[in-house]
Amino acid sequence: MTGGKVVRVRVDPEKCQGHNRCKALAPALFELDEYGNSKEIGDGIVPEDQLEAAYLARANCPEMAVEIIEE
Amino acid sequence: MAQDTTRTRPPVTDWSTDWDHLDPNWRDNPYPIWDDLREKCPIAHTKRFLGAYLPTSYAAVKAIAYDTKSFSSRRVVVREVRPEPPMPSPPISSDPPHHKPAKQLLLPPFTPDEMKKLEPRARAICNELIDKFIADGRCDAAQMYTRHIPVRVIAHMLDVPESDGDQFIQWIHEILELGITNDEILMKAVHEMSMYFAGYVEARTRKPGDDLISRIIMARQDGKPLPPQEVLGMIRLLLIAGIDTTWSAIGSSLWHLAKTPSDRQRLIDEPKLMPTAIEEFLRAYAPVTMAREVVQDTVIEGCPIKAGNMVLLSFPAANRDPAMFPEANKVIIDRQENRHSAFGLGIHRCVGSNLARLEMTVAIEEWLKRIPEFRLDPAIPVTWSEGTVRGPRQLPFIFG
Repeated sequence: MTGGKVVRVRVDPEKCQGHNRCKALAPALFELDEYGNSKEIGDGIVPEDQLEAAYLARANCPEMAVEIIEE
Repeated sequence: MAQDTTRTRPPVTDWSTDWDHLDPNWRDNPYPIWDDLREKCPIAHTKRFLGAYLPTSYAAVKAIAYDTKSFSSRRVVVREVRPEPPMPSPPISSDPPHHKPAKQLLLPPFTPDEMKKLEPRARAICNELIDKFIADGRCDAAQMYTRHIPVRVIAHMLDVPESDGDQFIQWIHEILELGITNDEILMKAVHEMSMYFAGYVEARTRKPGDDLISRIIMARQDGKPLPPQEVLGMIRLLLIAGIDTTWSAIGSSLWHLAKTPSDRQRLIDEPKLMPTAIEEFLRAYAPVTMAREVVQDTVIEGCPIKAGNMVLLSFPAANRDPAMFPEANKVIIDRQENRHSAFGLGIHRCVGSNLARLEMTVAIEEWLKRIPEFRLDPAIPVTWSEGTVRGPRQLPFIFG
């Protein structure tokens, strides 16, 4: 929760190619499967102290697979 | 390594209609050539190499990498000959739907967690190498340091003698550099590599260990083991893809640090910058250029593309596109937004990217710990490889 807004991250599994940039930049938000492809942890809700990491993860994904959803 | 063949090539007069990546001007400094083409003609063409395109914008490179229907990976090197059929080495030479199952065999041994297990040995290798020349006060870092790191790490992963590394380097040179113009040398090197590894494959089929050769032998595709020829093909691919590439990336990074003392000092003072610095070195000095074969006519970024041509897929040129990267020709070691394509884009993302990052990080960290002050020796030239992998092959440093 940030200022009443819920911010979530999501990895598009069709786009992810396992570059591992999101996991390196925001290890608390992403996990890798046995092939090294990424997925958001749990429901993807971003705690306030992870917001910067979430935006960095999105800004560094070469496949544009990381989405940030503000609700 | 400069070859005699390049000196007899006709000089390039117009890069947009007659480009040649074996031209000495490209070898020594390709960046102005790409910048110029990107402005004037983002997809250049040449009649050399039996016809080939050269995209230099990020958008064009990405569009081609994503369009696996029009652009096949059956050939991944632009050469002067196109033998039929091309030699398959899955998954790099595979298109959908065959690509994914082959790639999934190789991915599990290369995850970040698997790479962490290699870190102690990789650090030890770097220090063993530095021990040999640090007292001299100078060295050729390309020949005495960077070239030995990836080959020893991969030998360690394959559980073959690290001392065989020089032989591996020779084969890779014959395949990636001499092989562009000489098919006979290429085939001989492939044959010798296969002979070398066939004995290991046989022994480990009988008695598998936990090394990478055994893991490939034990892998199952649709419940079945790979045929021995495919096992050998994958081992060859791992060597070809994993040696010159990272050797080049480490070398270019050290070359940058030798001529940019401010970045060197900043990395020593702020070691937390290492991850962004590594990504920036990968962007600015991406060593690997791949290729595709056009298998159906299409249009990319408004430019008609004709089947039967090759494409030189220059990820390094895409990485210098100012439309994608502000101040693209400037190395900014704390660059925050960096969607570089050094490891490719789309389904053929480099399997070894986590290994390459580990080797680069370890090699630069250990070097800076032992040799924090170094500069280029003005008396000896830096020389660059040619072909599809770019990096320094002579890198004379003076310490202190």
